[in-house]
Amino acid sequence: MEKSVTRSHSEKEPSSPSKSEPGHVLQIKDLTVSYRRVPAVHHVSLKLHCGRCVGLLGPNGAGKTSLLKAVAGLIPLETGAIEIGGHDGSAGHGAYVAYLPQRSAVDWDFPTTVRGLVEMGRYPALGWWKPFREKDRIAVDEALRAMKLSELGDRQISALSGGQQQRVFLARSLAQNAHVFLLDEPFAGLDKPSQDLLAEILRDLAHAGNLVIVSHHDLRMVPDLFDEVIFLNGELVACGPTAVVFNDENRARTFGTETFSGQPA
Amino acid sequence: MNFDWFLRAVQEPQIQRALFGAVLIGFTNGILSVFIVIRRLSLMADAISHSLLPGLAIALILFGAAPSTLFVGAIVAAALVAFGTQIISNSSRIKEDTALGLLFACAFSLGQALLRFSPTHIAISDYLFGNILGLSDADLILIYGVSCVLLPALVLLQRPFLLMLFEPSVAATQGVPVRTLKYVLMGILVLAMTSSLQAVGIILALGTLIAPAATIYLFVDSFPVLFWASGFLGAIGAGLGLLVSAVTDLPAGACIVLVLGLFFFIAYIFSPKYGILRKLIKGHLHEQSLARWRGSAS
Repeated sequence: MEKSVTRSHSEKEPSSPSKSEPGHVLQIKDLTVSYRRVPAVHHVSLKLHCGRCVGLLGPNGAGKTSLLKAVAGLIPLETGAIEIGGHDGSAGHGAYVAYLPQRSAVDWDFPTTVRGLVEMGRYPALGWWKPFREKDRIAVDEALRAMKLSELGDRQISALSGGQQQRVFLARSLAQNAHVFLLDEPFAGLDKPSQDLLAEILRDLAHAGNLVIVSHHDLRMVPDLFDEVIFLNGELVACGPTAVVFNDENRARTFGTETFSGQPA
Repeated sequence: MNFDWFLRAVQEPQIQRALFGAVLIGFTNGILSVFIVIRRLSLMADAISHSLLPGLAIALILFGAAPSTLFVGAIVAAALVAFGTQIISNSSRIKEDTALGLLFACAFSLGQALLRFSPTHIAISDYLFGNILGLSDADLILIYGVSCVLLPALVLLQRPFLLMLFEPSVAATQGVPVRTLKYVLMGILVLAMTSSLQAVGIILALGTLIAPAATIYLFVDSFPVLFWASGFLGAIGAGLGLLVSAVTDLPAGACIVLVLGLFFFIAYIFSPKYGILRKLIKGHLHEQSLARWRGSAS
């Protein structure tokens, strides 16, 4: 525990102060969402700033996936609001928010190459018919390079390792110019080198001014990985800088009690 | 080989009509097969094809054997089953496949029962198995009209469809109207099926709605290539099948589906990318290299 406190928080501060302007804030106000009529997330309010890598921690059934999906606009809100950069999501946050599904939710036999999948990230900006142009090609190249996938562009997506598959989806979100990245258990099933590479990439994304929210359950990695953590167990247990809130008390309150909804998230 | 019979056959208006209809249906259904194969709707398509029957029966009873009313009846029946399935699966714990299986069995039974009350005894087998050599001008116009609506729609909506097919939840965050597109796809499927009715029959239409993309899927990893190649393969298969039928005097619908099936099995075995032959050879090489490795290790 002491280790996380001694770790200097200032080195993780976002590089530019402008990132904490109101335009770069994700604010969740009194959010309740239900899964098959059972509340999965109960009256959660919190505020996150861009340029941070945020861990969403909680046991199975704590509502982590529901919270991420609510922020992505994939499930209706029962109460409350989610404001991103001062806009409530009534018209959808669109390409600004990228949701990365759990790897098991994807059909990896889909007839597309790595490059083809990343190109899909350009479609929202292009609309339904506008042709693919040079600047789109450049955006795709850059996204592939940033995710260290340049050499794998022509691979069919099932011919990738688990870590590479995560990075293809991140590359697609980059090509989409997303600013808020929502990842659902991205470290699940990755070997140690892939985990380290993914962690490095997520930190790079946050340093570049993006807001990265990662649902996660391996507590050992938390202090190294996240600037801030959210403890969730149906209700919000705690939210704040890792050095402050990642302590035994919050961990016990989150993981020690019964699952709030009794339903798998 | 003597091509006289071929030239004579092709000059015959009846064959010309059949060829025109078959190629057009093959192309449209071939492109549609991409969506069915990727979205795993094969069983759904099968079920919908059976669900047309009660609509046909009711149209027969009420309005007689006019193609236009039969067409409308078929669409209404299929739409009821398709949307009923969506409603039941969205509103209860019953899953989509269960709801569909239940509804289409009921619909087919209802259709068969209703046929008893049909005033005119018409060859319902034509509607089940098609009669491509008996295509009338009205049938051809119907097929042509449906293709003229479906092909541009599928081409124009290619991008949103691709996003939806790949990962519906991500597509939704990208602003794709996923739910609407699902209904549109269902509507397109029913329309294609009813337009294939007279030519190859609703049962055999399934072959043209699955086989082309299933075959190309074993060769390519690009959605646009899959899209167009499946259309052309469907057209080629339908045309070739019809000619085989003209030569062998076997039923046309059956020949078309068998030709497409043959294409599939050739691809299944010999495809350089995803064929089983390659897999076997690769497995063999893998074992050889393993054996070598073990040999050098010991």
